[in-house]
Amino acid sequence: MKLATLALAALALATGADAQTKLKVGLMLPATGTYAALGTAIDNGFKLFVTEQGGRIAGREIEYVRVDDESDPAKATDNVNKLIKRDNVDVIVGTVHSGVAMAMAKAAKDSGTLLIVPNAGADAVTGPMCAPNIFRSSFSNWQPGYAMGEVVAKKGHKKVVTITWKYAAGDESVRGFKEAFEKGGGTVVKELNLPFPNVEFQALLTEIAATKPDAVYTFFAGGGAVKFVKDYAAAGLKKNIPLYGAGFITDGTLEAQGADAAGLFTTLHYADSLNTPRDNAFRLSYAKTYKLQPDVYAVQGYDAAQILAIGLAAVKGDVSKKAEFAAAVEKAKIDSPRGPFTLSKSHNPVQDFYLREVSGKENKLVGVASKALADPGKGCRM
Amino acid sequence: MFSRLVFVGLVFAGLALWPLVAGAYGLDLVIKIMIAAIFALSLELLVGATGLVCFGQAAFFGIGAYAAALLMARFDGAALWWLLPAAVLCAGLYALAVGALSLRTRGVYFIMVTLAFAQMAYYVVHDTPLGGGTDGIYLPGVPTAPLDLGKPLVFYGLTLASLALVFGVLGLLLRSPFGRALAGIKANEQRMRATGFSTYPYKLAAFAVSGAIAGLAGFLFAVKDGFVNPELLAWHQSGSVLIMIILGGLGHLRGALIGAFALALLEEFFKSEAVWGSFAKHWHLGLGLTIILSAALLPKGLVGIPQLWRDRLEARGE
Amino acid sequence: MDFASFLIQCLNALQYGLLLFLVASGLTLIFGIMGVINLAHGSFYMIGAYMAYALAPIVESTFGGGFFSTLVVGLVLSVLLGYLLEWAFFSFLYEREHLQQVLMTYGLILVFEELRSILVDDQVHGVAVPPLLAGSLPLGELMSYPVYRLFVSGVCLLLAAGMYLVLTRTRLGMMIRAGASNREMVQSLGIDIKFLYRLVFAAGVAIAVLAGMVAAPVSSVYPGMGNTVLIVCFVVVVIGGIGSIRGALLAALLIGIVDTFGKVLLPSAAGVLVYVLMALILLWRPDGLFKVA
Repeated sequence: MKLATLALAALALATGADAQTKLKVGLMLPATGTYAALGTAIDNGFKLFVTEQGGRIAGREIEYVRVDDESDPAKATDNVNKLIKRDNVDVIVGTVHSGVAMAMAKAAKDSGTLLIVPNAGADAVTGPMCAPNIFRSSFSNWQPGYAMGEVVAKKGHKKVVTITWKYAAGDESVRGFKEAFEKGGGTVVKELNLPFPNVEFQALLTEIAATKPDAVYTFFAGGGAVKFVKDYAAAGLKKNIPLYGAGFITDGTLEAQGADAAGLFTTLHYADSLNTPRDNAFRLSYAKTYKLQPDVYAVQGYDAAQILAIGLAAVKGDVSKKAEFAAAVEKAKIDSPRGPFTLSKSHNPVQDFYLREVSGKENKLVGVASKALADPGKGCRM
Repeated sequence: MFSRLVFVGLVFAGLALWPLVAGAYGLDLVIKIMIAAIFALSLELLVGATGLVCFGQAAFFGIGAYAAALLMARFDGAALWWLLPAAVLCAGLYALAVGALSLRTRGVYFIMVTLAFAQMAYYVVHDTPLGGGTDGIYLPGVPTAPLDLGKPLVFYGLTLASLALVFGVLGLLLRSPFGRALAGIKANEQRMRATGFSTYPYKLAAFAVSGAIAGLAGFLFAVKDGFVNPELLAWHQSGSVLIMIILGGLGHLRGALIGAFALALLEEFFKSEAVWGSFAKHWHLGLGLTIILSAALLPKGLVGIPQLWRDRLEARGE
Repeated sequence: MDFASFLIQCLNALQYGLLLFLVASGLTLIFGIMGVINLAHGSFYMIGAYMAYALAPIVESTFGGGFFSTLVVGLVLSVLLGYLLEWAFFSFLYEREHLQQVLMTYGLILVFEELRSILVDDQVHGVAVPPLLAGSLPLGELMSYPVYRLFVSGVCLLLAAGMYLVLTRTRLGMMIRAGASNREMVQSLGIDIKFLYRLVFAAGVAIAVLAGMVAAPVSSVYPGMGNTVLIVCFVVVVIGGIGSIRGALLAALLIGIVDTFGKVLLPSAAGVLVYVLMALILLWRPDGLFKVA
């Protein structure tokens, strides 16, 4: 009997010792600063999936280590190295801010640690910085812009003015929009931008009025999104020049924007009224657990966990088998509340982008703006 | 005086021996703190030694970092022996220019003008193609050197050597006639000028040297991270380093050292989930309260603690 | 830019400048008159905005008041807050060096932000414009100008006038200004300088909070809103000349013009123009536009 137990133990140690030990997940998300709410939503979404699996993925119990990245790129490398070198995490999940994600991508590439990005849309993460161990469960900045470009062109608008902050996310979003819109026969007559995070829009709103375009495309997020939509309506432009935007201008901001957002069309890979069984189950589960309604960030967190689960199942809990992990995820179809999606070769979601219209306190689904839209992944060599 | 030397000696001895006991993370942490200490020392030269409160130190730090990144991208296999001085020179030159213009003003106006020039540098890096983009740029590797800078231990040695060098040079500088002139300017500039002393060249020189040292810190930071981002020049960084030296204690070089260590370790403490559990996400509260208490109870900064004890003991002895 | 657009941009510049003055005026008072560097000024602005958001439902359910009642309640609370803060913290700072004040008020920023996170939340919020002021005036065929923004500008002008009158035409103002230049002398004349300072500080806090509350329907309420506003406020005070109210007003208007027209005419440099303006003015007049003796 003793011999058998010893043999069994030896076998366990020899084969998947990992299968018995805990899997350390390092969550590098903003707990302080402007993006704290997004960090919390992603955290909630990720943990919800794990809880639904009984706290275990591929037989391994999940242990969390949290680091507040403060959305500060200057501290990013130190913070991610904390997770890699001090806490010896098996997986890193993060983050919201693209500058921070850039530093994380480098650290992940250098150390080979698995990284799943649950928000930061910097095109570079699945572009020049792509790697077999880096995955993204959210979007690239280019995608929602491109989807909206198709929509605006189809609606027959010819002259559009774009307006956003002068930073990478804004540039990439407008670039996506312009590409699709001009392909569809339209022209972007003016590209307005203001320094980040300046929120005094009046001067540029007057410019828009003077230019008299058919429509306006915009990309803003957070407090800036709330103010822009309100200012746009207050300046009387809303009834004269239709406003289109990447979904972030109306996501998580509707309570603050009130009637000023009513009727706005946006594109995003999620909507509040998808009404699919998968989404309904997710929304119910999330609301029950956190007493909050989920948003796109929660879904992205949830799907980051799904990606981890798929890969981990394929390698039977052994994260060191990176090639097999990547192969499994690249082949997989992720059953997300947003709808099923796959990952492109550069590990960015290939997903449907929905056209939504603001109705009451919801971004109601109107249709599919762009089916299975894939980011070109320029510069990715994998 | 002797006790101070012993203290400093112990600190450097500790730093030299640290790699023997530290793991990979411990090494990283202390490298980060040492770079912050170099940055803090650069500001101490201006604020503590000369009485010039500069709120734009981050610009010189960032210029050193960006010089490293841009030059390495331009020149394949850039070597440390010319790259480091080049980055330091860039930062020093910008500091010279900023100083030349800012020193026309005084007091709070001076503080704000230095901020203005830092913001200008920030916007050049953030908004123009020169900076390479708002998400930051990667360094193509590490500068070539006789020893592989990619190895943490080698880089630790380089950083420690830089810190020791800066500390030593500043220590000597402050004891030299130049340093005494700065002290005179800090104490009462009008009096200095009344005796026929031309204070402007001294202040300008201090400014340039300070900027150069900050550039050195920035250079080391860029090589360590392998990544530079415009936020390195943001006013928060200028504020952070100022907080460091005030916390540590102005007027003493070791105050900058202590402040850098203290702020980093306080942050680590309040962020630690091991201590605070899920409340750790509100670490700003603990840090803020500690800073307020320190400002209230320690008017001379942490460096003044031994003096406070001595005063207490003396008072008790009476 | 055609003439109509130019006029509208001038209006934009004026309105932004006045809003800036509203937010910066509390700082002018505390910093200019009392010589205390208060980095937490942006936090008071944020507190005002969050008060407008958080108090509104409470005020409504308690006595059915609307926006203006919330303003009054908020003002009363902020005076109390300012009074308390001065008594508990800032009174210890007058004798201290400026840099100790910097350290202390920096700590205060961290504490306030975190309290905001704990007591309210981290979400973005909006405050509704009161129905009385919700209309807009048409400006040309496409644009209209919200009445509320005119109201905000009106409040700024009233406040500027009020501050100026109190400080230059009343006994209280005289005592405050005297206390600013020579504390001991004022004390030896039998005036309770402690009470005076406490009053001025409370007023400074109240003005910052009022600015936050009044601006909330226009600017929206979000974490970190205090930090962005802080630097601009210091720029306003410094360009105008520390201690000068009309200096602050002029500086705010100048910044309004530079920011507005800069965005339209020089968008690539828009972020830095305000700082270039400050550098140029300070190099020309090292003590700001209106030097206060």
